[in-house]
Amino acid sequence: MADAILEVFRGNQEVGAAKQYTVPIAPGMVVLDALHYIQAHLEPDLAVRWNCKAGKCGSCSAEVNGKPRLTCKTRMDALPTDKPITVYPMKSFPVIKDLVTDVSWNYRVNKKIPPFSPKPKTDWKMYQEDMDRVQEFRKCIECFLCQNVCHVVRDHHKKEEFGGPRFFVRVASLEMHPLDNVSRVKLLKDELGIGYCNITKCCTEVCPEEIHITDNAIIPLKERVVDEYYDPIMKLVRKIRGAPKPD
Amino acid sequence: MTNQTKYETHEHDVLIIGAGGAGLRAAIEGLAAGARVAVVSKSLLGKAHTVMAEGGIAAAMANVDKADSWRTHFRDTMRGGKLMNNWRMAQLHAQEAPERVRELEQWGALFDRTSDGDILQRAFGGHTFKRLCHVGDRTGLEMIRTLQDRGVQMGFDVFMECTIIRLLTDGKRVVGAFGYWREQGRFVVLKAKAVVMATGGIGKAWRVTSNSWEYTGDGMALAYDAGAELLDMEFVQFHPTGMVWPPGVQGILVTEAVRGEGGILRNKEGQRFMEKYDPKRMELSTRDVVARSIYTEVREGRGSEHGGAYLDISHKPAEYVKQKLPSMYHQFKELADVDITKGPMEVGPTCHYMMGGIKVEAETAASSLPGLFAAGEAAAGLHGANRLGGNSLSDLLVFGRRAGLGAAAYASKAPAASIDDAQIAEAERDMLAPFDRGEGENPYTVHRDLQEVMQNLVGIFRVEEDMTKAMGELEKLKARAARVRVEGSRLFNPGWHLSKDLKSMLTVSEAVTRSAMARKESRGAHSRIDFPKLDEQVWGRQHNLITRDGAGMKLQQIPVDAIPGELNELLADEK
Repeated sequence: MADAILEVFRGNQEVGAAKQYTVPIAPGMVVLDALHYIQAHLEPDLAVRWNCKAGKCGSCSAEVNGKPRLTCKTRMDALPTDKPITVYPMKSFPVIKDLVTDVSWNYRVNKKIPPFSPKPKTDWKMYQEDMDRVQEFRKCIECFLCQNVCHVVRDHHKKEEFGGPRFFVRVASLEMHPLDNVSRVKLLKDELGIGYCNITKCCTEVCPEEIHITDNAIIPLKERVVDEYYDPIMKLVRKIRGAPKPD
Repeated sequence: MTNQTKYETHEHDVLIIGAGGAGLRAAIEGLAAGARVAVVSKSLLGKAHTVMAEGGIAAAMANVDKADSWRTHFRDTMRGGKLMNNWRMAQLHAQEAPERVRELEQWGALFDRTSDGDILQRAFGGHTFKRLCHVGDRTGLEMIRTLQDRGVQMGFDVFMECTIIRLLTDGKRVVGAFGYWREQGRFVVLKAKAVVMATGGIGKAWRVTSNSWEYTGDGMALAYDAGAELLDMEFVQFHPTGMVWPPGVQGILVTEAVRGEGGILRNKEGQRFMEKYDPKRMELSTRDVVARSIYTEVREGRGSEHGGAYLDISHKPAEYVKQKLPSMYHQFKELADVDITKGPMEVGPTCHYMMGGIKVEAETAASSLPGLFAAGEAAAGLHGANRLGGNSLSDLLVFGRRAGLGAAAYASKAPAASIDDAQIAEAERDMLAPFDRGEGENPYTVHRDLQEVMQNLVGIFRVEEDMTKAMGELEKLKARAARVRVEGSRLFNPGWHLSKDLKSMLTVSEAVTRSAMARKESRGAHSRIDFPKLDEQVWGRQHNLITRDGAGMKLQQIPVDAIPGELNELLADEK
């Protein structure tokens, strides 16, 4: 059986370095299997998050050969074996230990979003054609790979004023819910900073659930913000009607 | 009190251990009842095993088959469980499940729809009617995300990546729990007037399993250690369809929805072998029957290339398969290089679900230990000897809610508790011991050997001789687990975590093996080669009950509750 060499980051936010491990390759093996091999046979204290090992929970995110991936869905036989396979923690989050990062920021952002609030006296009839686009957003497994690659977070560190692609997807799922009755447009503009996104589609590229984050969630939400705040005709209409400004 | 200063301490009315469907639903109900609630979970919020549930939530909403009713759901559940079920739980479950599903929708869940705009329902094994409310094949994700967002908005405290290592009692009742933060390895005391155990199952004691690393039976072991009763531990469900190839994915679940949507099972000779085993229900027979059928085909030399059966859905239009089974499509394409719209999958049985567990009261989910409640897979009773697909998610909702209510009501009357420092000191000493050993085995090696023992000796088909051997092996493994050594520091250390999980797995493995040896018949998921038939006279009338007796495990039998006349008539009804 052939061997692979893995170069895995060991350490924390302050100190750390990559360490090499030799792992025997089995048919169909994924990178997470290789990490489990290291735990079971070489270094039992290697810290890795994982749960389902089937691409459904979004726990095992890391950067494999520099690319943000779910390690449970990254086949070893899809990677070049002539050089070590590098496995590093997600770069945009502080390292707790080895491949485990502090993703608590995401949970804080989520708390800012007003929940689903149904229209009064609804009869709860919904039709599949109205739901298809929302169900796409509901596929999100919260692996946070999109948050990790977004340059607003990764390079510009705007965690305090920006929500990130994951939460634009979540807001989209609420805003486009056929029976929802709340507007989150002000939140998008002011607290989630959707204006920072300049639609480079990095998030869409890494999404393991193949959600069209940019095209189907972010761009329509940006349009809603523009309609509400920057459309001169709407501004005029509001002025004439004396409607309160959505500030 | 010394522990007040030495340890980080939190105090709540209700402490919920486990953040899957049952735990989150319990938390929501506890909050609604006015209790201060904390949820503690071994993983991050939203990653619990519920997220992997695929096929759907069973509830007699009669949106597709108008003739469905709670009575039929009750009858299907009882028959599927071979009448070992707690009849009252089965009744409450069938009656309340539709309302629990509607509630999810009102909290924002988006189920697939009928053309009339109602929640769509699909067929599943053992259910008379199309009954499973679903979202493609990712129903569990929809459910956990809905519950998680609801709970967060209502304001529960969440302790993520925190592991409970001991329940604290005052001798008579549960008064809290002692655990540690995985991140820093630091201990924490969680005082509570009531505790809900919602920790899920035990599948990680077997080698081939659909379960995640979390499924190590901690909840059952913690409850048992504290003095609670465990019921029907012999009933372990092997799901008929797990992946069998390649080796790395062995055991990963292939949803029953593949068969619900029309998937056909064949052996290597191309025969549709379910015709032999259950000609009436075929692929949609109950899980125990289908799992044994596949196993038998393989054992008799008619298995697929890698030792399973072929499951084929490729006769359906490719677009339909991708729409109804999207994650199966991706799972096979990415992990096994198989396009399921073009050819068959290879599948075989995988350890999936624990019907047995903590004995609870039907109405309140209270265990035999005052102050301790249990719901979901950690609790026993609803599913009897075999669970029907789809009845797990509905179980989590119905009894998660009841556990939250029961615990909040109990907490509102419970006096303030005092914590026993000696219990904490003992738990801390045991937990840290593996660091202090100069030499000792790697816990992963002991775990692997435990999995082999349970897989080979206490699997789908059981026999006295194997299980006697297993008991001997478990004794040796217990001794080895007591001597494991952990390397590294206390910071996020999986090896250290496993050293504790191992003890839980050994406790539940022993309870399973003892109960399985005692039940000298075959019923539901429990199949004895040496006792292949049902024994209604003796074993049809009794449950196995496990309790702690000093350092040893005590097994006794208790009678099955008589089913009241009106419900009994439903069961006799042939329709």
